[in-house]
Amino acid sequence: MDLLTLLLILDSTIRLATPLLLACLAGLYSERAGIFDIGLEGKMLAAAFFSGAVAYTTGSAWLGLLAGIGASLVLSAVHGIASITFRGNQLISGVAINFLAAGLTVVIAQSWFKQGGRTPQLVGDARFEPITLPFADAVKDIPVFGVVYNELISGHTSIVYIALLLVPLTWILLYRTRFGLRLRAVGENPASVDTAGISVVRLRYIAVLICGVLCGLAGAYLATALQAGFVKDMSAGRGFIALAALIFAKWRPWQALFACLLFGFLQAMALRPDVLEQYLGFKVNAQLLDALPYILTVVILAGFVGKAIPPKAGGEPYVKER
Amino acid sequence: MNELPRWAEIILVPLISLLLAAVLSALVILAIGENPISALQLMVQGALGSTYGWGYTLYYATNFIFTGLAVAIAFHARLFNIGGEGQATLGGLGVALVCVYIPWPHWSLALIGAMVGAAVLGAAWAAIPAFLQARRGSHIVITTIMFNFIAAALLNYLLIGLLKPKGSMEPATAKFAESTHLPSFQDMFSTADNVLFRGAPANVTFFVATLACILVWLLIWHTRLGYEIRSFGHSDSAAKYAGISPTKIIMITMMISGALAGLMAINNVMGEAERLILGSVEGAGFIGIAVALMGRSHPFGIFIAAILFGFLYQGGAELALWTSIPRELIVVIQALVILFTGALDNMVRMPLQKLFSLFKRTPVSEV
Repeated sequence: MDLLTLLLILDSTIRLATPLLLACLAGLYSERAGIFDIGLEGKMLAAAFFSGAVAYTTGSAWLGLLAGIGASLVLSAVHGIASITFRGNQLISGVAINFLAAGLTVVIAQSWFKQGGRTPQLVGDARFEPITLPFADAVKDIPVFGVVYNELISGHTSIVYIALLLVPLTWILLYRTRFGLRLRAVGENPASVDTAGISVVRLRYIAVLICGVLCGLAGAYLATALQAGFVKDMSAGRGFIALAALIFAKWRPWQALFACLLFGFLQAMALRPDVLEQYLGFKVNAQLLDALPYILTVVILAGFVGKAIPPKAGGEPYVKER
Repeated sequence: MNELPRWAEIILVPLISLLLAAVLSALVILAIGENPISALQLMVQGALGSTYGWGYTLYYATNFIFTGLAVAIAFHARLFNIGGEGQATLGGLGVALVCVYIPWPHWSLALIGAMVGAAVLGAAWAAIPAFLQARRGSHIVITTIMFNFIAAALLNYLLIGLLKPKGSMEPATAKFAESTHLPSFQDMFSTADNVLFRGAPANVTFFVATLACILVWLLIWHTRLGYEIRSFGHSDSAAKYAGISPTKIIMITMMISGALAGLMAINNVMGEAERLILGSVEGAGFIGIAVALMGRSHPFGIFIAAILFGFLYQGGAELALWTSIPRELIVVIQALVILFTGALDNMVRMPLQKLFSLFKRTPVSEV
């Protein structure tokens, strides 16, 4: 494979992996605190719509991003109220949030823009533009390193770099701070956290809200960076692939990055069936590539490639008075 | 915490939840600049105002009865089968294989054959996540979600390849033979000079679905297996102690659940489309969750809830036709029903419990 084709595919891998990574890290915070979240998809979708709509109306991608995060936070709050305050079923709440977003985005988009449930095309500052990293032009003639730096590392939108930075940040927060220790503890054994005099409810709400912010970023990236505007159901199952990546990574940040890059790579390859056929020598079925993240997750879950053990208190509402 | 009286638990709590969902839906309609009352009138007129409307309402309801029962029976064993969508997709495949490749002399035999095909493939699709849950401890919610996507990809693969008739461009199977045509309500209830249910897709499957409600009711409350399923749902450790095998219960419950979801296909694939197309389930597997929650996992409640959702579906289609309210409004209503009757259940129950304890004569405390 020549370097340029490889770089092109890796480049789209990074672009496609970014929303997965953001949603995956979102799920990581929530689930590490013991709140299962199958509503990642819905939160992303709501954020995608509101970021697209506000970016179009105001002409600013950054205001759009804020609106997207806001929308995602509202849904996070609903999930928090249902699963923390009222000790409801977290899975059912997640299902409800997915449908709420799927329906509301189209209903509002139709009444707002009257274009069949989508926002108009975003142009100019309403979209996140690629950033050229320093010296990208200067080094581009250096063989290999220069080309890789110029083509692959430089030239993404700011959200991509934010997402990549969030990986080490999450690792530090989770494993090197007091907050992280408590967060992990509240997902494993909330009673012990409570006994230590720390509020389980507060910690879990913080985790759920962080999850909301990150899903907001993921959604805004879809509508204002990856594509130019919102279209109906544009999250297209990415929230579930992120969930799959989270399990694949066994709820750890660095592994989440690799899982998302892998799934992003599969999506990038599905867009280039010609390249696959050329180098593998046989035609790889596009449906197989689509289904591969899910199949891999089931295989992981089945424990054939090491056991994925979720946080112990995940999915259980914490009842203090026992 | 004080227990609510039985009537309040069965009627009052769901009714208030439903009312909350309705009020919020009305607010959504108001917010997009339409009148909720005239919208409701239009929905009632469109879904219940003619035998044609009823024909569609009952057609949708038939789908939802099957998927609702599927979710409910899993709920009784405290399993959350979110994979109804995938199981119904595979059920459709079963129906298509039976109807395309076997020459049936009469529709009644074809119906039985198709039911077996739908149930077997639906059950098989549920059996894998069930086995992984029972033996490997992988969470059934996650695996059934993954199996929905895998089912969609599998069907896509089959419909653009193996199952597509030669020369056809469309991703669909060939039209089923005339002998597999199920009698529609129009065939059954119309007389020569009075045509009822004209062109509506409701068909004999509705009665199969009604029968399924009765059978599931008998199974859950009047058989040994049903007792075991419910005990396992209440306390898996107690059930295990009583000699009930968790693996057996998880496997059997999920396979019955998958078979019920699969059976939906005799309505939408065999009864309506008469061929297998892509995405024929149209989210009915997920509506089963709302229906089961609203019907409190009781077959009678599910029957009522399914008809209500059938009404919403047909009414919503009429709304989309005559007003600028898009069809997705129904998805919003569905989400609100799931949210209030499922996840925010305690929000309704807690104040009610307080209210009832105010009126209850408190027995003299012995503590």
